[in-house]
Amino acid sequence: MRRFETATSPHLPPRDSVPALMRRVLYALAPGAALQAWHFGWGVVVQLLLAAALALAAEAAVLVLRRRPARRALADGSVLVTAALLALALPPYAPWWLTTVAVLSAVVLAKHLYGGLGYNPFNPAMVGYVVALIAFPRELTQWPAPHALAAPPGLDMALGLIFGGAQLPDALTAATPLDHVRTGLAMNRTLTELGAEPVMGRFGGKGWEWVAGGYLAGGLWLAWRRAIDWRIPSAFAAGLALPAMVAWGLDPDGHPSPLFHLLSGGAMLGAFFIATDPVTAATTPRGRLLYGAGAGLLTFLIRTFGGYPDGVAFAVLLMNMAAPTLDQLTRPRAFGEGR
Amino acid sequence: MSVPAVHPFHGGLVLEGHKRISTRHPVVPARLPERLVVPLQQHIGAPAEPVVQVGERVLKGQPIARPRGYVSAAVHAPSSGTVAAIEARPVPHPSGLAAPCIVIETDGEERWRWREDQRPDWRTLGPEALRERVREAGIVGMGGAGFPTHVKLNPGAGRAIHTLVINGAECEPYITCDDMLMREHAPAVVAGAQVMQRILGARRILIGIESDKPEAREALSEAVRAAGADDIRVVSVPARYPSGGERQLIHLLTGLEVPSEGLPADIGVVCQNAATAAAVLRAVTELEPLISRIVTVTGAGVAEPRNLEVLVGTPFADVIDQAGGYTDEAVRLIVGGPMMGFAVAHDEVPVTKTVNCLLVAGRGEVEPARDPLPCIRCGACVEACPARLLPQQLYWYARAKDFDRVQDYRLFDCIECGCCAAVCPSRIPLVDYYRYAKSEIWALEREREKAARARRRHEARLARLERERAEREARQRARRERATDAAARKAAVAEALARAGARRSGSAEARRHEGSEGG
Repeated sequence: MRRFETATSPHLPPRDSVPALMRRVLYALAPGAALQAWHFGWGVVVQLLLAAALALAAEAAVLVLRRRPARRALADGSVLVTAALLALALPPYAPWWLTTVAVLSAVVLAKHLYGGLGYNPFNPAMVGYVVALIAFPRELTQWPAPHALAAPPGLDMALGLIFGGAQLPDALTAATPLDHVRTGLAMNRTLTELGAEPVMGRFGGKGWEWVAGGYLAGGLWLAWRRAIDWRIPSAFAAGLALPAMVAWGLDPDGHPSPLFHLLSGGAMLGAFFIATDPVTAATTPRGRLLYGAGAGLLTFLIRTFGGYPDGVAFAVLLMNMAAPTLDQLTRPRAFGEGR
Repeated sequence: MSVPAVHPFHGGLVLEGHKRISTRHPVVPARLPERLVVPLQQHIGAPAEPVVQVGERVLKGQPIARPRGYVSAAVHAPSSGTVAAIEARPVPHPSGLAAPCIVIETDGEERWRWREDQRPDWRTLGPEALRERVREAGIVGMGGAGFPTHVKLNPGAGRAIHTLVINGAECEPYITCDDMLMREHAPAVVAGAQVMQRILGARRILIGIESDKPEAREALSEAVRAAGADDIRVVSVPARYPSGGERQLIHLLTGLEVPSEGLPADIGVVCQNAATAAAVLRAVTELEPLISRIVTVTGAGVAEPRNLEVLVGTPFADVIDQAGGYTDEAVRLIVGGPMMGFAVAHDEVPVTKTVNCLLVAGRGEVEPARDPLPCIRCGACVEACPARLLPQQLYWYARAKDFDRVQDYRLFDCIECGCCAAVCPSRIPLVDYYRYAKSEIWALEREREKAARARRRHEARLARLERERAEREARQRARRERATDAAARKAAVAEALARAGARRSGSAEARRHEGSEGG
């Protein structure tokens, strides 16, 4: 008689894994991140490394306190995705302590106090970003001018700005395109006038539109690899662009074009990388359409009527709250279930 | 011939077939083992009841256990020999537990029980007689579930059957026994299907076969042409697991959805496996019971993967031996395929009517041990689920033991095909959670029923006690009344006697007085 190990079905070797999924997300972020670093300088790279180191350290510490096996959870790669998203959302020359507050809020508050990977109702990176935005609004507006307008700071200067407490010289700063349009419209200027100014590019802002293109490319690859559900970014884009198109059609001088909306601020990063975070998004197919569309629409509403130039982070967090209900309301009809 | 439309089902997986490794050799009969271990339960329903004694001589094909009740199946001696024991032995079951078996020491003579002249032409028999033959032959669904075939062939008066579906999809990786049967015995499959069509009164037969079996499809089409049957169609379905699931195949071929709590017969369809069809033909034409079947022996763990015609009761070890024995790779012995099959702990387990495949998996062919991460709600399982369920929600509520919620999410529509668990990046054994939740719910229901029964019994007892008390009291009262009556009567009697006595003594005295007076 020969003896064997037993196990339950299915027996097939794994087709995919969480670490592989997270790695794919990081690869997909690379083109956008590289373009962001090209247009805004070394600060982007320094923030990415700083956030990653802080996030790993914070997660390790919390896991030890929670008496959970630390190595396995760190290896799943999820905390690196959170760190990368946060680093790319924050201004590249934000001081180290701001990044630290944001990362700790994301990892400790939003992720582990709710039970860690898979149990957090809110997107950790967006919680971290919103905490920073509300606590330090001035620092969050300090964006450098894109490469096309001024040579971005080098590595030495970047380190000095981030760790040395130096201020970004005015000559190197510029309003983000969304900020520019917002304040311009508030001063009763028309979009025709605003569009002629140097910060504006062909579709969005100079530099910004390229970065958005990078995230779009990475995001499309993710959707093609089925690492994310195409429904969420598509619905997000539709939810943002359709109302924008109506507003723009009615009043082209008072409302930016849908393309401008899509290629500005956090729209592309949000649509493909943040709203698609599966843990905090809706999970049913129809629920994901509604979820994405809701996040896009809220982004439009906040940008147009709200107190902040961009609204992706708030939109995602608000839809996070709605996700469980969306899931309940959109359960698909099971095979054989009465119509 | 036009290509009939196929209606795809939601989800499912395209899996690597691994089928060619076991289809290189024709099917040959396996050796007769010295000892056959024949379980009394090889089907869904009540176990069969032995009709032989230890020490009794049996002939090949002789009934050795009779069905107990309607949903049950007879068991026959797979070869001639002597009954050596009737006792519990390990059987192919995920639990690894032993179950009652009849052990036959074979004599090597293979002596059949019947005479040649008993073979009738099935076309002269009516549906009832044919169904009875199927029942007597102990035929059960050979695709894996083992539901007694005569029950499925009797859908009841209210349910007219228009379509008989023959399941030749064989969608699980590695398994090729139906493929080989259809290649080598296509006419028998077609004729067996026609027998069942006659029993059911079905208008047409649809034979569903996955597109990765062109040889079998050709053979069947040829057999259909040869039979001149224009009401039979051989339909190629995409090789997408689980196309061979009963509900999925019916949908593929007819576009109809079997209602979730119903049976295929509710929508006028009966589905039977190709091997079952061949067994039915043998049962009605040769009166041959189901005592053997084709078994695929495959995987990197066996030296010469192949298909063998194996007698029911043959130990796995014997069968594997005839496929060249184990290789160094062998790590897991799976009964069935890698998606729904179950692993057994050792090879001293007999082949039954439903064992279609022995997959001796090599190291690279199975997942060593699952070490799950938390669910990240990615939804890969939702995309894969052929029942259009939300596996991640089912998992969530099963884990939380929220059995009401888990049923709201239609746990009982889950067919346990394993697609969700196969794609899960967190490697969560999802199907285990569903099986657990189902068995807990059944247990709770049984518990509830038991409690209800106990309550009814308790109430009945209280009522009885009450009644008895009342009766007792009534009796006591009656007795008391009788007693007081009696006492009163006694008192009256005593009084009367006293009176009478008094009178008597008075008169005596009077007499005495009289006497003295007079004496």
